[in-house]
Amino acid sequence: MSEHEMAAKSAKQLNDEMLSSMRTPTWRWYGLAFFLGAVAAWGLSAFTYQVMTDMSVTGLDRPVMWGLYIVNFVFWVGLSHSGTMVSAILRLSQANWRRPILRAAEAMTVFSITIAGLFPLIHLGRNWLVYFIFPPYPSQRGLWPNFRSPLLWDATAITTYIIGSSLFLYLGMLPDLAVVRDRSSGWRKKIFAILAMGWRGTAREWVVFRQTSTLMAALIIPVAVSVHSIVAWDFAVTVIPGWHSTIFPPYFVIGAITSGVAAVITLMIIIRRVFHLEDYLTPQHFDNMGKLLLVICLLWSYAYFVEVQTTWYAHEPIEWEVFSFMSGKYTPLLIFMLIGNSVLPVTALCFRKIRRSVKMMLVITVLVNIAMFIERFLIIVPSLSHKNMPFIWGTYSPSWVELSVTAGAFAGFALLYTLFTKFFPIVAITDVRELDVRQAEVRLGRAKLPSITTKE
Amino acid sequence: MKKMTSPYKWGMVVDLDRCTGCGACVVACQAENNVAICAKKEIAQGRDMHWLRIERFWVGEHPNVRVRFLPVLCQHCHDAPCEPVCPVYASYHNPDGLNGQVYNRCVGTRYCGNNCPYAVRVFNFYDHEHAWPPPLDNQLSPDITVRPRGVMEKCTFCIQRIRRAKEEAKAEGRLIRDGEVQPACAQTCPPEALVFGNIADPESRVSRLSRSPRSFRLLEHLGTHPSINYLKGGGREHV
Repeated sequence: MSEHEMAAKSAKQLNDEMLSSMRTPTWRWYGLAFFLGAVAAWGLSAFTYQVMTDMSVTGLDRPVMWGLYIVNFVFWVGLSHSGTMVSAILRLSQANWRRPILRAAEAMTVFSITIAGLFPLIHLGRNWLVYFIFPPYPSQRGLWPNFRSPLLWDATAITTYIIGSSLFLYLGMLPDLAVVRDRSSGWRKKIFAILAMGWRGTAREWVVFRQTSTLMAALIIPVAVSVHSIVAWDFAVTVIPGWHSTIFPPYFVIGAITSGVAAVITLMIIIRRVFHLEDYLTPQHFDNMGKLLLVICLLWSYAYFVEVQTTWYAHEPIEWEVFSFMSGKYTPLLIFMLIGNSVLPVTALCFRKIRRSVKMMLVITVLVNIAMFIERFLIIVPSLSHKNMPFIWGTYSPSWVELSVTAGAFAGFALLYTLFTKFFPIVAITDVRELDVRQAEVRLGRAKLPSITTKE
Repeated sequence: MKKMTSPYKWGMVVDLDRCTGCGACVVACQAENNVAICAKKEIAQGRDMHWLRIERFWVGEHPNVRVRFLPVLCQHCHDAPCEPVCPVYASYHNPDGLNGQVYNRCVGTRYCGNNCPYAVRVFNFYDHEHAWPPPLDNQLSPDITVRPRGVMEKCTFCIQRIRRAKEEAKAEGRLIRDGEVQPACAQTCPPEALVFGNIADPESRVSRLSRSPRSFRLLEHLGTHPSINYLKGGGREHV
C-alpha cells in the first residue's frame, strides 16, 4: 500500500479493516469450523481406539518401532519453528515489512508446537503413564527420570518452547487486546479487559513494552534453535545407521525453518484472501518472504547434499545399505522430496514475477511442506527398516489409525487457527500503525518534518 | 554414594560349531520366561515375542549349499545403547553386568528397541491376556510377571534363577559355583553350544572358552562391549 493510501485512511478505518476477522461469524465460518472439528474428532476417536485396544492397530513392528507418529512429531516441531523465529529475527533486524505478518506467524508457532507436543504422548505404548517422563517435584514416587535420555530433553525443550512462544504471542498482542476491549461491549468487553491487563497506552507502558518485546525476541531465538537441535539429537545420538550423523542438528534446524517459512507464506495467503487484507499483505511481503524461502531452500539443499555425499564417499556398508534401500524402495517419494524442497523452490523463487504472484507462491509453499513431511518420513523409517542385523530387516506402512490421527492433527491445527482468528486480532494493529505514525509528517512551525525516524 | 559392586559378571559363550539350529533354546526360553505365544498373523507382521532367535543363513550356491545358524539373544552390553535412551530408567544396568528391564516402569516409548543394534528387544504390541488358553495358563512361571501390553521386554539371562542361586549361596556363606546356575536356553541346549557363567572369574568355563582364538563378538565395532562371545563356526568346512 502506498503511503498516500495509508494516509487517506483514518485510524478508525484502519482498526476496522484489520479487525475484520473478528466480526460476527458467517454460516460459512461455522461450516468450516464444524468440518474441521469433525475431522479432529475422528482423529481423536482413532486415538481412543488405539488406547482401548493396543499398539497392534498401528503399522509398527520390529524393527520399525517408530513410524508416522514420530514423523508427525518432527514435522510439527519443524513447522512451529519459523513463526516465532521469523518474527523475532525480523523484529531485531528492524525490517518494517514484517509488521502485518507478525501475528499470523507467532500464532502458527503456538498451535503447531501444541500439536507436536501431543505426538510423543500418542505414540507411547502406555499413554496413561506419560507422567513418568516429567520430573516429579516433589518426588513422591521416589523415581527420578533419566536425564541422559533425549526424550527427556525433548519434554523439557518442548515445554519451554510452548511457554516461551505463547508468552511471545501474548506479549505482542497486549496493546491490540486493549484496542479490541475499547471497541467491544458486554461480556466480550469483560473478557478482553482481563486479557488486556489494564493496558492504557501511557508513555511508560510503551517503553516497558518495547524493551520487553525486544528482549523476548532476542531470548526466543536460541530457544527455537535448541528445540530443533534436541529433536535432531533423538536420532543423532543413537547407533542406528543413517541416524547417527553429526550434521543432523543444523540440518534439522534448516529443515524446520524451511517448512516454517513456507507455512507462514501459505497462511498469509489464506488470511489475506479470507479476510480481504489485500491492502496490508501486499506483493512486497510475498516478494520478501519468497527471498527468505529461497535462501533457506538453498541452505537445505546444501545440507542434504553434504549428508548424502559423506555417506556415498565413505561407502560404509551399512550406511550405504540404508541409503540404497531408501532410494530403491521409496524412489517416487525421494524424487518428490528433492523437487519440492530443492529444485522447484530454488529455481522458481529466483524470479521476481513468481515471488509476487500469490497463486504461484501458494502452490510452491504447499509443495515445500508436503516435501518436508516426506523428508521426515524418509529420515525415520528406512533407517529403522535396515538396521545392523540383516536377518531382522523389515518394512513399515502406516495403518488407518495412524493416518486418521495424522488427519486429525492437521484438522486440529486448522481448527485452532480458525478459532484464533475469530477471537483475536490476526493482524498486529499496533505494529502496523506504529509504522504509520513513524512515517507521518508533522508540522513544526512552518516546516514539515518526518515525525521520528523509521529506524527503531 | 557407595558404588555397587558385585563379584559376578554374567556372560555367555555361543559355539557356532556346536549349534545345530534345533531351536530348543527358543522354546525353553519361551516356557521359562512366560513369553507370550503369538498367533501366525502376529508373527507374520513382525511382532513375534521371542527373546532368543536363531538366525539362519544359507551359504554357497546350489548344490553346494550349507546352512549356518546364529543364535541371537540380548548381548547384555556393558555400554548398552538401550540404557541411556530410556527416559524413565526402565532399562538399566545392574551390578552383575546385566541389562535389566523394569516392566512396571516402562511407558513404551520403544526408543530402546530402536537403538538396540541387535534388535533383540521385543514389544508387547498385543494385549497378550489370552495368549495362554487353559490349560496352558497353569504352566506360567510364578517367579516372573506376565507383561502387559505396551511394554518392552527382553532376555534377562533368566535373572530369577540367578537370584535364587544367589540366595542359596548366601545362606551357605559362599559364592555361586561355576555351572551352578544357568539360563533355560543353556540348560536345554543338547550339544552344549551355549555356555553360561561368571566372566569375572578367570577360571570359569565360560572365561576359558571365551579366550579361544575363534572368539568374536557381534557388531564389535559399535563399541557396545557385549557379554556374549561367539566362537566362530565353519571349522574345516570353510565355504
